[in-house]
Amino acid sequence: MSAALETPAARPFMAAQGAAVLVILAIACLLVPAYASAWTIEAILLPFLAFSLAGLGLNLLTGYAGQVSLGSAAFMAVGAYAAYNFQLRLDLPLPLTFLFAALTAAAVGVIFGLPSLRLKGFYLAVSTLAAQFFIQWLFNKFGWFSNYSPSGVISAPVLGFAGITFDTRESRYLLALSVVVVITFLVHRFVNGPARINLIAVRDNETAARVIGVPVLRTKLTAFALSSAIIGIAGVLWSFTYLRTIEPEGFNLDRSFQILFIAIIGGLATVRGAFLGAGLIVVFPLLLSRGSAWILDGGLDAGTVQLTQRIILGATIIIFLILEPNGLSAILDRITARTRSLFAKITRGRA
Amino acid sequence: MTGLALTEPALLPERRAVAPQTVSAATRSQVQPVQGTRLRLEGISLAFGGIRALKDVSFDIREGEIRAVIGPNGAGKSSLVNVISGLYRADRGVITHGGESFAHVPPARLPGLGVARTFQNLALFPGLTVAQNIASGLVFRRKRGLFAQLLSLPKARAETRETEARIREIAGFLGLSEHLPRLVSTLPYGLQKQVELARALIAGPRLLLLDEPMAGLTGAEKTAMAAHIRAVRDRLGLSVILIEHDIGVVMGLSDRIVVLDHGEVIADGSPDEVRRDPEVIRAYLGQDAAGATSGAEAA
Ligand SMILES: Nc1ncnc2c1ncn2[C@@H]1O[C@H](COP(=O)(O)OP(=O)(O)O)[C@@H](O)[C@H]1O
Ligand SMILES: [Mg+2]
Repeated sequence: MSAALETPAARPFMAAQGAAVLVILAIACLLVPAYASAWTIEAILLPFLAFSLAGLGLNLLTGYAGQVSLGSAAFMAVGAYAAYNFQLRLDLPLPLTFLFAALTAAAVGVIFGLPSLRLKGFYLAVSTLAAQFFIQWLFNKFGWFSNYSPSGVISAPVLGFAGITFDTRESRYLLALSVVVVITFLVHRFVNGPARINLIAVRDNETAARVIGVPVLRTKLTAFALSSAIIGIAGVLWSFTYLRTIEPEGFNLDRSFQILFIAIIGGLATVRGAFLGAGLIVVFPLLLSRGSAWILDGGLDAGTVQLTQRIILGATIIIFLILEPNGLSAILDRITARTRSLFAKITRGRA
Repeated sequence: MTGLALTEPALLPERRAVAPQTVSAATRSQVQPVQGTRLRLEGISLAFGGIRALKDVSFDIREGEIRAVIGPNGAGKSSLVNVISGLYRADRGVITHGGESFAHVPPARLPGLGVARTFQNLALFPGLTVAQNIASGLVFRRKRGLFAQLLSLPKARAETRETEARIREIAGFLGLSEHLPRLVSTLPYGLQKQVELARALIAGPRLLLLDEPMAGLTGAEKTAMAAHIRAVRDRLGLSVILIEHDIGVVMGLSDRIVVLDHGEVIADGSPDEVRRDPEVIRAYLGQDAAGATSGAEAA
């Protein structure tokens, strides 16, 4: 898009932001596989990538289109189970597995998005809970979905394509990374293109949007479809590259709330917010448990530690929302702006 | 000077304004929708529970006419505009847009019917820039799907360029050019009102519904807004329904005036007729105002 329709925040930072993204990508592609420890990849990067993608998907729906959802984990489950069954029963090649998993999740998302045509805000959120409970129940109830695995837990098969098998830690990481990068690029283009107007118009003032002829219904359902497709893929990454097992319990309401926190804490209606939020959600508990282990020296049992962690995490989220409702993304904005003015001062001082 | 942009023939063809004529109330209610009638309301009634917001309201508006709707607060002016634009469903009555009659106009059809409106309380999209807010008025025309745009296909790009040209034209006309890249929520109130007008105008409507476009504006801003309303009518020949409390502005700008009180039309006629109407003076203008505003001109 050219000047007049662009989002202003995006423009002055374009060059610097582009450079920053390239540097991060270079580190992620080249340095991480070579130098990162097994623990870093398994415990931090793989969940981080899946969470980021899920946060991005939810942000498309909630941040941009203004439709609140508490059913994200259910759509992750749909993606994961769809991928498992497409691989198992049709033996589809990997790209098609991803595509079909996304399409399945999109279709389910549209169905559960239909109430959004009548319901708003809190009421819509409650109705998306139906998706959460129904889908979890469905996968528990019908053994077909998990190929009648006696325990209900299936181990995800190793993914492979064109002679490459993604069995090693590094290859799983690179697969997840590539998927996240491609989808993030597409989402970035989507939300900064003409679709932005439809999405934000529906979010900011649905009545005005309808009167000026924004296709409100189509916009909402498109948002539900795309969001669910992306969250579905996040579910595939979660199950196939991170956990390597699939069970309905892994996609419970807790997980949905985690994804909602990622979107909100990171910053609604921002692309990078999903990554910042996911980073916090993944790293924070690890820091807390290390911290508590260090301070208390194992004096408390695991249950108490976990409970304490939850309380601290919850409190942090509340404090966060009060102090910075626009999320980590807004904080990052301020830091960049300060750094810039500092740089400007230094260079002026030299001249 | 800025108005020149609006005469760009390819984008917004100039049309002659239809000279206002006076039709007596008796003949008006009997004639069939003749050519030159942009909108016609017949027997519109609307109630909210016990509150009867509109009672058997009938009037019409011709092509190229500025039609003011005045009346005290709670008279039913906004309700009337909401019925015309389909946000409220009248309990009784018929609304005829152009040649098509409705018991209820589906709001999504308004742009296609050539109707655009503004809201009494700003109804912009704060998360979008000024340019994007104006562009939203053209979304209904967009033929290329969102996916074509995602792939940035050439035709979608051409559509975007065309949209941008129109945005610049309208922004120039309304004095918004320098603000285009700003987030609309960062603009002062008066400019936001202009953005809402721009969003309505870019759709190329034949009928413009303006619900208190000057409320909350400073004197200078009101004058500018009045000039813009007159200019779009003169240059483009649009019909305008104007809800406004400033009697000076209303008298100077409108061809005919409808006066509502408690949901009823208590007078309908030229500014001079309405100003002298004893019922209007009693219900709305007051004796002093009637004298003070006679001959007042806006813009
Ligand atoms: N959505 C609504 N729900 C209930 N009552 C309404 C609604 N809209 C308008 N009214 C009532 O209808 C009457 C006319 O209101 P309105 O059309 O806003 O008047 P005006 O615009 O002339 O000030 C008022 O009594 C108002 O309270
Ligand atoms: Mg009103």
